[in-house]
Amino acid sequence: MSAVATTTSAAAKTRRSRRFGAFSLLLVAVMGGAFTTTARGDTATFVLNDARGQLFDLPALVLPVVPTVIVLTIAVAAIAARQLTTGFGDRAVVMVGVASGLFVLAFLTWAAAGDALSVIGLLRGTVRASTPIAFGALCGVLCERAGVINIAIEGQFLAAAFAAAVFASMAGSPWVGLLGGIGAGALVAWMLAGLSIKFKADQIVVGVVLIVFATGVTSFLTTQILSGNPQLNTPSRFPTLEIPLLAEIPIVGPILFRQTILGFGMFVAVAWLHYALFETKWGLRLRSVGEHPKAADTVGIRVLATRYRAVLLGGVVAGIGGSWWTLDAVGQFSREMTGGRGFIALAAMLVGRYSPVGAFGAALLFGFADALATSLQLLGVPIPSTLLLTAPFVVTIIVVAGLVGRLRPPAANGQPYVKG
Amino acid sequence: MRLELRGITKRFPGVIANDAVDLVIEPGEVHGLLGENGAGKSTLMNILYGLYAADEGEILIDGQPVELREPDDAIAAGIGMVHQHFMLVPVFTVAENIVLGVEHTRRFGKLDRRRASREVGELAERSGLPVDPDALVEDLPVGIQQRVEILKALYRNAQTLILDEPTAVLTPQEADDLFEAIRAFTGEGRSVVFISHKLGEHRAIADRVSVLRRGRIVGTADPRETSEQELANLMVGRPVSLVVDKPPGSPADPAIEVRGLTVENAAGTVVVDEVSFDVRRGEILAIAGVEGNGQSPLVRALTGLQPIASGEVLIAGEPVAGRSRKQILRGGVGQVPEDRGRDGLVGEFSVAQNLILGRWDDEPFTKRQTLQFDVIGAHARQLVEAYDIRTPSVDTPAASLSGGNQQKVVVAREFDLPIDALVASQPTRGVDVGSIEYIHERIVEKRDEGTAVLIISSELDEVLALADRVAVMFHGRLVGPFEMPVAKEAIGSMMAGTDPELAMARGGER
Repeated sequence: MSAVATTTSAAAKTRRSRRFGAFSLLLVAVMGGAFTTTARGDTATFVLNDARGQLFDLPALVLPVVPTVIVLTIAVAAIAARQLTTGFGDRAVVMVGVASGLFVLAFLTWAAAGDALSVIGLLRGTVRASTPIAFGALCGVLCERAGVINIAIEGQFLAAAFAAAVFASMAGSPWVGLLGGIGAGALVAWMLAGLSIKFKADQIVVGVVLIVFATGVTSFLTTQILSGNPQLNTPSRFPTLEIPLLAEIPIVGPILFRQTILGFGMFVAVAWLHYALFETKWGLRLRSVGEHPKAADTVGIRVLATRYRAVLLGGVVAGIGGSWWTLDAVGQFSREMTGGRGFIALAAMLVGRYSPVGAFGAALLFGFADALATSLQLLGVPIPSTLLLTAPFVVTIIVVAGLVGRLRPPAANGQPYVKG
Repeated sequence: MRLELRGITKRFPGVIANDAVDLVIEPGEVHGLLGENGAGKSTLMNILYGLYAADEGEILIDGQPVELREPDDAIAAGIGMVHQHFMLVPVFTVAENIVLGVEHTRRFGKLDRRRASREVGELAERSGLPVDPDALVEDLPVGIQQRVEILKALYRNAQTLILDEPTAVLTPQEADDLFEAIRAFTGEGRSVVFISHKLGEHRAIADRVSVLRRGRIVGTADPRETSEQELANLMVGRPVSLVVDKPPGSPADPAIEVRGLTVENAAGTVVVDEVSFDVRRGEILAIAGVEGNGQSPLVRALTGLQPIASGEVLIAGEPVAGRSRKQILRGGVGQVPEDRGRDGLVGEFSVAQNLILGRWDDEPFTKRQTLQFDVIGAHARQLVEAYDIRTPSVDTPAASLSGGNQQKVVVAREFDLPIDALVASQPTRGVDVGSIEYIHERIVEKRDEGTAVLIISSELDEVLALADRVAVMFHGRLVGPFEMPVAKEAIGSMMAGTDPELAMARGGER
């Protein structure tokens, strides 16, 4: 039996390897065909210094466009050849990532041809754009690990962004605004918990309802109240903080150690929740409730209370993420300003396979797509800006469809628990 | 610890599950709890474990009344329970499952995994239930998973251990190992409540047996001085026949021919591996085996529910492949599916409608695309009479009947027409002893009419009672068939994967 099972899964691996190979060939075609012929200059300049200064300046990286693209194309072609023949075995997914990464480098070289691209700006933008996505994905991980499907992250974001703007404006302090945002996120979470845990409603339906509800209420209040009272919509924003010395390290410093409090908070939240979920008693119990609630019940764990707390904590985390829009990014609430990032957070959770660190990695990927769109606009690449803005969603679709594969969600995910 | 239940009553809407039950579990004894499905055994134990609240009555431990409102309370009182469906998280390790709820932690709430692993290892060693504390539960065979369940109770220092149908998932050899562990456990003055509907097991392990019928204790007996017949009569409430009255068959030409049949599951794994056998008209071939060894896909392939990867199946000389389900069934195949609630009946349909499932568009049940309810009703009344189906009326929804009567509906429908081949999976699962007797008689009757009968059962006693020839399924392969009589022990060893020649030799020695 086991021998048979291995041969069939080997066949599946071969099929997957071929699929990846075909994808790599497509990349080769675009790189070799389009990038080499349509470049707008002979050299591409990559600026590695932050405008705010660092310990010592690095020279800019100047690359000849066509030779660089050709070298990268050959590398991807080599990967494709291996994928189509022997395959990479267990490293198959990693190698698709490598091929995609080389493609992105070639793309950047092409885009920066005859111009200069700030690498630091792009990477700082990546971390910034991934901040709310990471918080949202952490919220999803918390809820679903406890067995409650939460697709209402977008609704939590909107409610939190709105509340954060109003509270921060009234109190004149972003910290009060953050508390307001957390409260709003937790309020939506409380509605989700009540309807799905206590009243055992369908969790997908409840999630959709809560998104519509949050969208409607914030839009209504914006037109009815905020537009007539602009003093309620001028929140003070969190300043950018620097960690002394560390922030001066070239490249790494400006990317990791020059952040707002929310950016630093994201790193702390990811590390802390990952530890808590997989290393602590609290995490073991939370996961047991999402996997086999009856087993948890029979050893005396209170299933419904554990789920309630997990969803509420998720609401707090999503509330911090939602506050990012009005207290960090923009400094003003506008209708539907979260622009579907709650759904991307959901995708990040899936791509990260329900683990905080994995979800963070996926959030960085989606954040990169976001930041890239902005950088390309600055470079004046001949692609319509409306098309560029869809980049995060296109990347989401490709990654979710191509790389997620067969997921193994918590066994009791989405199932209300009935005692007895 | 002396455990006493006094006047426990539990009502569910429409039924009294436990009716003034008195039960005493003495220290050091194995107390058997015998009763048919639905007699109230599990309800009673769920009350004792704090999962249900009793409507009346009290529970005393060493003479002191206790309140068991949550499993927590029961655990604290020294009661442990091994549920019929294991309460284990498949993706956790053995140690994580065992310490869940009573975890030791270090600083910042960090789990002390090393200590858990060490303690579980020591406990397993001490109790004679060896298991690797760091293995993932989902990677373990069911027999070992059950050990983990028992260790979970022992880790919480259980003085009384409730085992709910513990042998249902075990091979006979694994069951023997379990019995040894039970004896070691009670040897230290602790007690076990052993729930089972298998009479032989009570005689093998229990010191006393209490028999539960319709929520009431109808008697307590010493199983060593009571025959299986007496226990069965007590359980059912009337004299029942445990032995199927079966004259030797007169097999003719084969009606079911299976040649090199291979079936794959959705993931592409081979689940039925090159299986070949014949079933002749006028004989019963029984396939034994622990569940999950490929019996279900085999049956689905025989009745055209699952595609065949390679090999062929002929029924009455016609290949099954390429024919629709309807053609197969109308072509003379009767089938009793293993899960009657899912595949055998439409629960919310009436008994009468269920009795024409699969024949609804035949004359005389349908004329001019219209169901003929008077004909359907008359047909139903006749079958209810002929097959002794206990139902308030033929218009009662099938789901509201007892398990045994639901099964009789299926049997009546499938046995009513002359058929070449009968494929019956677990024909008496969840059926009371009285109905088992009845269904077995009907199966033998069908054989004597000249039908080729294939029985798939995980109940060894059923296999032994019915089979003219017997085969065993293990890991998707078929061992046998062998002409009966074959020793029970030999079949048991083959169910655990022992080489047939070795198994037969050993079986002969005993």
